[in-house]
Order: sequence, then structure tokens, then C-alpha cells
Amino acid sequence: MTVNGWIQILVFIALVAAMARPLGGFMTKTFNGERTFLSPLLGPVERGLYRLAGVDAKAEQHWTTYAVSMLLFSAAGMLLLYALQRVQGLLPLNPQGMAAVPADLAFNTAASFTTNTNWQSYGGESTMGHLVQMAGLTVQNFVSAATGIALAMALVRGFARTSARTVGNFWVDLTRATLHVLLPLALPIALFLVWQGVPQTLAGAVDATTLEGARQTISLGPVASQEAIKMLGTNGGGFFNANSAHPFENPNALTNLVQTLAIFAIGAALTNVFGRMVGDERQGWAILAAMGLLFVAGVAVCYWAEAQGNPAFAGFGVDGSAGNMEGKETRFGVAASALFAVVTTAASCGAVNAMHDSFMPLGGMVPMVNMMLGEIIVGGVGAGLYGMLLFAIVALFVAGLMVGRTPEYLGKKLEAKEVKMTMLAVLCLPVMMLGFTALAVATDTGTASMANAGPHGYSEALYAYVSAAANNGSAFAGLGADTLWYNLTLAVGMLVGRFLVIVPMLAIAGSLAAKTRAPASAGTFPTHDGLFVGLLVGVILIVGGLTFFPALALGPIVEHLAMAAGTLF
Amino acid sequence: MLKELRPALVMTAALTVLTGLAYPLAVTGVAQAVFPHQANGSPVERGSAVVGSDLIGQPFTGERYFQPRPSATGGPDPADPSRTVPQPYNAANSGGSNLGPTSRALAERVQAEAERLRAENPGVPVPVELVTASGSGLDPHLSPAAADFQVPRVARARGMTEAAVRGLVAANTAPRALGFLGEPTVNVLALNLALDKAAGGR
Repeated sequence: MTVNGWIQILVFIALVAAMARPLGGFMTKTFNGERTFLSPLLGPVERGLYRLAGVDAKAEQHWTTYAVSMLLFSAAGMLLLYALQRVQGLLPLNPQGMAAVPADLAFNTAASFTTNTNWQSYGGESTMGHLVQMAGLTVQNFVSAATGIALAMALVRGFARTSARTVGNFWVDLTRATLHVLLPLALPIALFLVWQGVPQTLAGAVDATTLEGARQTISLGPVASQEAIKMLGTNGGGFFNANSAHPFENPNALTNLVQTLAIFAIGAALTNVFGRMVGDERQGWAILAAMGLLFVAGVAVCYWAEAQGNPAFAGFGVDGSAGNMEGKETRFGVAASALFAVVTTAASCGAVNAMHDSFMPLGGMVPMVNMMLGEIIVGGVGAGLYGMLLFAIVALFVAGLMVGRTPEYLGKKLEAKEVKMTMLAVLCLPVMMLGFTALAVATDTGTASMANAGPHGYSEALYAYVSAAANNGSAFAGLGADTLWYNLTLAVGMLVGRFLVIVPMLAIAGSLAAKTRAPASAGTFPTHDGLFVGLLVGVILIVGGLTFFPALALGPIVEHLAMAAGTLF
Repeated sequence: MLKELRPALVMTAALTVLTGLAYPLAVTGVAQAVFPHQANGSPVERGSAVVGSDLIGQPFTGERYFQPRPSATGGPDPADPSRTVPQPYNAANSGGSNLGPTSRALAERVQAEAERLRAENPGVPVPVELVTASGSGLDPHLSPAAADFQVPRVARARGMTEAAVRGLVAANTAPRALGFLGEPTVNVLALNLALDKAAGGR
């Protein structure tokens, strides 16, 4: 580890913290329907969309209607994306002549992009034509992210309101998130990326003759427009197979910083939106502080592990001072690669600027742990906040048990219904992650796809299902996931991991909104100070540890011990 | 429930037009007008021929050139397109080796590569980045140490002094972005073009 590496990490953290409040203020106004500097420009477009869709922006929805709207919209998007891939061969803007995507792969990809996962069983530049990249994948990058933000708004309103029947209007939240938040941020980022070298063209490829006379076909396309929203919307699906390790997606260390900031920007700001909407910004800072503690711990472990270098190379006459550089790019080095890996899995992004499969055992374990905890460290746009608030409910429930008092959060009594729904949402992830991993390692179909032998092969399968259910999308990419078994089981994991968390979460939102607010008293447990932050972090680690330690022991932990003993597989 | 069907369909269509067509086409229009070089892949031309891209590494195997890092990219076998064979620096199919840290295949590859390199520059430890494959398989850069390691071989092959070659390396070395981001880099294609130019072209 170097001082310079830590400076990069600290500057990143400072910038995220500095952006949270201004962006949070802007988003609060937007979702409350107040005027912002963008209203004169975007207001007419927004009203036009409502008129076209027959939406009454003033009419709010009960949580069940909100959920039905969200499910219908997701289903429509998934069908459209599936259809576009299946007829790709007939579509225009396909200069490389990509053929129709096979059914199981198209299903997996449609599930992947509508759930904000962006798991990719395919290689971008060798599978998808430009129209599918734009009108299929880029669209879901926007609207699956906007859906996540909308859902977080519904839950926040549940806390903010008293004796209310409704939690907002899904169509209004969706439209405002897309139009007022994502598009205005994506446009300048996309142009910045082009300036720095990211291609943006409708041409397919350029042919070069190298200095030594070989032919090199260099894939091109509308990369920058997709790259910007891929980060902002914590989607992570790359235009190219190598994702943000590809020099055309992420040409230099400055674009790398902008990309990592874009991943965290909205998620961090949403904690501030939460604080503002419940009338006490400290509540938001407490949530962000808990996220920050877990984040710093993850970065420290991952950076330390990657800076060590691979002991298996000892005796080869190699100078290993650059650290573990297999799968990493020269321009980023280990510090910026480790930071990116932790950011992308703390949020539900899943973009990668280095190959996680080649990380050191404990370095690769950190991304896994981030996802296993449910991506609540800043998290996916919207998903991170509601995931963290669900853990806050568990933490306060535990605190309530300890003192023998009905738990409350922000004056709302947390009763049997809220706690049951929370447990449903919290438990469906490990069932998907561990259940499917167990099936995969117990069957020949599952093990045949593993690229590495020994515990690392098992880690590849575990990582895949963890990534799918957590809606992350990054991979230990050696796993040959484009098989019927993996395409279908991963798609199920993604759909369950998204919607079986969302629906109980909306039920909690509806139930909380209907409650009255108990006035704070001497017996109220304050939820804006260090004790609460500590309790929340503790509960997250205990729940995660109890659930996942055995699974981790069989993979990265045993691999680390084997590596220390000099064993190769 | 049916009441929500219309907005579901209309919003899907309208947002597809807005974010899937209007947005990327607007970015394309501005990009092509303002940054045409970057928007079209930062091509590098020598004379009128495109010899590569500023940002994309290419294979160099001759000893007269600085060689890039190993690349794990593959491509279809010319003899049997259903099979994939190694094709280093295939810029139409990016990717890394995805070999884990305890992989025997990785250790053997690194050992063989290190032995080959040490033979050309005995007694000097080989920088690890020179024997490990990048994540994209298209890394256009070497670290300054990895370039420095190759200076004696290139100087010998070209009949140049090591000092002259080192000067070219230094001229093609970029510091960390803003002084603290990422790592210093040497662009391999630019450096090799500079070598050819110093030799009076080919």
C-alpha cells in the first residue's frame, strides 16, 4: 500500500460526502414536486408524458397500486428487451451484422437489465448490435434505475407521513427520476467521457494495420452515452466484454474517478433526501455514516490484499512491487482497481475496471461480502437506501427486544407486520444465493462451467449467484455462464432478488404511512447518533456473518490458507 | 389493475424513444461535431494508413519494438470458427485471463514468460506487470519500470544507445492524472512510432 493510493481513496470519499447534500436538496425538491432550475425546460416534457400516458399527476396511489404499476412497467420493459434481442438480425443500426440472440440468453439478459443487475452472460461487442445497445439496454439502464429511486421515495414517504393512505404515484416518481435526475446528469458525463476518449459513433468498427503488419479490427459504437448511465444508474452492464477495464470505456485515471463518483453520487444523496423528507437531516447522515464505516473497512482489506502480490510467483525472478497485476490495467494500478471493486459491489453497480476473478483470495472476498450484505453500503440507486432502512428496522427491533419496549423508528411503531415483512425481504437473498450455489456445485452441469479448479472454482459459482440475487452484475468472469442452466437459474435469482425484496418493502411503506407518529419521549432511542450507527453496523455484520460465513470459509478463506501453504490447483 | 396497463405501455414506449434514441443520438451528434477524433476511436495514422488507436494496445513481437503486456484475448479459430483460440490484442473481443491467484496455469504462464524475459536482460528482476495479463487484454500501456526493463534489448536490436532509447521512453511517459490518480504510464504504440521515426521511418 502506498500513501498515494490512500490519497486517491480519501479524496474519493471526501468528494462523495461533499456531493450528497447539494444533490440531496435538488432531489428532495424534485420528488416533492417543487420548482427547480430545470423545471422551465423539463416541465412541459413531463406534462406531455403524463397526458400521453393518461396519468393524473395529482392522484396518489395506495401501496398495492404502486406495486402493481411498478410490476406492469417492469414486465413491459422486460418483454420489449427480450423481443428486441430476438429480432436483432432484422433491425437497423447493426453494422457488424449481429444475429438474433438465443432464447435463454435473451431471457437472462432481459431479466438482468430490467432488475438493474446487468449480469452479462454475453460479450457486448461480439453479441449486441447498436440498436439493442441503445433502445434496449440503455433504456433499461435509465428506467430500472429510475424505478429503484421511485421505490425508495415510496418508503421514505412511509416514514415521513402520518395517517396517510397513499405513498406517492409510481408514474410520477418514475418520470421525475428519469427526466429531472438521470438524464441531466448523464448528458454532461457522457460528453466528458467522449472528450477523454470514449467513442460515440454509429459505425461498427475500424480496421487498422499494426506496425508489424497485422490486421486489427477495433470495435466501436455509441459507447459514451451508455457508459454514463451505466454508472449513474448503478447498472454496470458494459458496452464491451471487459467493461470499464476496456480503454474505450474507461480511458484514463480521471475518467475512472468520475465513474466511481457517478456510481455513488445518487445513492449517497438519497440518504440526505431521506433526512430532509423526515424533517431531520441528521437521520440521513447517520445512515450514511454507517455505510461509510463498512465501506472504509472493505477498501482497507481489499487494497491491502491486492497490494501484496501473488506469493506463487516467488522464485521466478519477478519484481512483485506493483502488487497483484493479473487482470488489472497499468493506468489504474492496484489502488484504483481495489477502490473500484469495492465501490461497484457496495453499490449494486457491477461495472468492473479489473477482473475480480484474478483478485487475491481475500481481495475477491470483499466484493462478495459487500453483495452478501445486500448492497446497503450506499447501494444501488434507491435499492441501497431501502435495503439499509430494512436493516435499520431489524436493528431497532433487536434494540427493542433488549430493553423490552416496542421499537420505534422516527416515531413510527415497528410492529409484527413490519418486522415480518422485513425478514421476508432480508431472507429471500440468502435462499437464492446459497441454494443455487449448492445446486451448481453438486451437479456436473454446474461444475462444467468453472474455469478455475479447487476452491476458486466454487467461488466462481458462489460469486455468480450472490451477484445475481443482489442485483449487482459483476462476476468472477471465468465462469462460462452462457449455458441453459446458468442463464435460467441466474435469471430466477435476479428476479427474486429484485421483486421479492421490493413488494414486502412497499407493504412496509404502506403500513408505516398509515400510522400516527408517537411523540419523542425520554424512552425514545435516538437514531441519529453514534450508538445507533454502531448498532446498525453490528446488526448488519452479525446477520451477514451468521448467514454467509460457512459459504465464505469454503471459498476465499480456504483458498487464502492454501495459497499461504503454497498449494496450486 | 387494467387502469395501470395504459401508462405501463405508453411509458415504456415513450421512455424508450427518449432515453434509447433521442439521448444517444443527441450525444452522438454533439460528440461527432465537437470531439470527432475521440468519438471515432482516437485512430492513429501514419501517412494515410490507420495503424491503430491511441487507446488500444496492439501485439508487438519483434525485438526492435517495445512489447506490451501479455494479453488473454481470444478469437475464432480460422480453421474451425466454432472454436476459440488465443489471439492476443483482439480488439473485437476484450477480456482477461480470469485465472485465480492459486491457478497452476497462471503460475506456469508467468514462470515461462519471466524466463524468456530474463534471458534478454539477465540479472534484472522482471516487473510483475510485464508478465501478467491485463483485464481488457487491450492495455495500451506499460509501466515505466516495464518499459525500462526492455530498453537494453531494443537499443541492441536497433543499434541505438540506451540513453537515446531511454530519452524516447521518457518523452512518451505520462505522469499520474492530476498528479495523484492512477499510475504513470508509457504508451507502447506512441513509443514504437517514435522509435521508427527516430530511425528515419521504414
